[in-house]
Amino acid sequence: MKQRIENHPILDIPLRRKIKFYYNDKVIFGLEGDTIASALHASGITQLSKSIKLHRPRGFYCAIGNCSSCFMRVDGKPNVKTCVERLREDMVVESQDGRGSIK
Amino acid sequence: MMHTDILVIGGGPSGLSAAIAAGKSGAEVLLVEGNQYFGGQLVKQTHMFFGSEKQYAATRGFDIGKKLVEEVEVYDNVKTLHSTTALGIYEDGIVTLEQKTESEDVYLKVRAKTIIIGTGALERSLPFTNNDLPGIYGAGAVQTLMNEYLVKPGKRVLMVGAGNIGLIISYQLLQAGVEVAGIIDASSEIGGYLVHASKIRRSGVPIFTGYTIVKAEGKDHLEKATIAQVDRHWKPIPGTEKEFKVDVLCISVGLTPSSALFWQVGCEMEYVRDLGGYVPKRNQYLQTTLKNIYVAGDSAGIEEASSAMVEGSIAGLSASHNLGFIYEDYQRDIQELLQELEGLRGGEKGEHIRNGYNMVGF
Repeated sequence: MKQRIENHPILDIPLRRKIKFYYNDKVIFGLEGDTIASALHASGITQLSKSIKLHRPRGFYCAIGNCSSCFMRVDGKPNVKTCVERLREDMVVESQDGRGSIK
Repeated sequence: MMHTDILVIGGGPSGLSAAIAAGKSGAEVLLVEGNQYFGGQLVKQTHMFFGSEKQYAATRGFDIGKKLVEEVEVYDNVKTLHSTTALGIYEDGIVTLEQKTESEDVYLKVRAKTIIIGTGALERSLPFTNNDLPGIYGAGAVQTLMNEYLVKPGKRVLMVGAGNIGLIISYQLLQAGVEVAGIIDASSEIGGYLVHASKIRRSGVPIFTGYTIVKAEGKDHLEKATIAQVDRHWKPIPGTEKEFKVDVLCISVGLTPSSALFWQVGCEMEYVRDLGGYVPKRNQYLQTTLKNIYVAGDSAGIEEASSAMVEGSIAGLSASHNLGFIYEDYQRDIQELLQELEGLRGGEKGEHIRNGYNMVGF
């Protein structure tokens, strides 16, 4: 949780419930109100996928669901926009390499 | 199939204002928003707005968003759907929607007499070596991460772009406890307001004008950024490079209108550099070349939330009026709104906006 803002001159920092989820088989905790990407980022994970042709590391770019740079596989479903998808308890989140496929 | 007089697509400042105005006129309104909450990008604006009292001057952006949402809720004739994205507008006037729920994605259809589109804008990027490395984020993304999710984007940031957004977000980074190594801008002058620039300089952040970003480096995440001075033709000058050890590059080089639905439905479009890209042609009441389609806010041309709200109100009132809804103060209100808009676009800073609008009227 090293990247969380702990105090702020304008914003209230509410106490939030922890949410457990899985990232590539590891257990990670996010907070209530997080998106998948914000929870991963707070845990220091910024590479979300690899690009389609050259397999270069990709993180998010716009964080509001427009740019498609944050696609990951979530609960078995590929191409989920993790920057806007809310985190839920026990979600299974996996990095995606290239075009997603339905297993 | 749902039926409504007016469908408003986009629940940001322009769409909320359009829904309020149409609701006040007595029309049945459906407001749809792709995100889980209404307010658009106002929800992450922690700074106070300028402008007049009518445009909520001295109020913080997120509070303006809350006020608009409360006002929408006053009208029983205005229905709202969040987590709902408009997919397409068809020749028979039917709009298809995708609604996300906890368990599944639902496909919906709605038939509307008039549609007001306020879909906002997209962030621009810049071409430079390794510009796709994680750690390189749009300015809006950095603001979203900090102010909505309370997560720091990284430890040390280099800001690219000294317009108002670049300056304001640099200050917000400092407020969040993140180090800002500097702000660069290829232009020889700072684009944003001087008050913002002074605040930043007083905090000890250097502003490098006449510099551009040439290279990013890092394995799986940004570690280093290289900038260089530009010549008269905006080309980097060899030998003038400076390196910054940073883990975040924040790209604040402007926005471009989100125009997909206008293209799809067949509105006449025009490329207007001063408005940020392709925008639909429209009259002063924001009616496009298709008389049942209106436009408002950043999708009409990149401006500020203040003018987006005024445009939304004009579009909402005018659309209802054309559908035959009688609102007795219509003439007075619409004239006032048109004047407000003119006021917001006054002065030297508004010149490019005025030029832009001269190209899209009909």
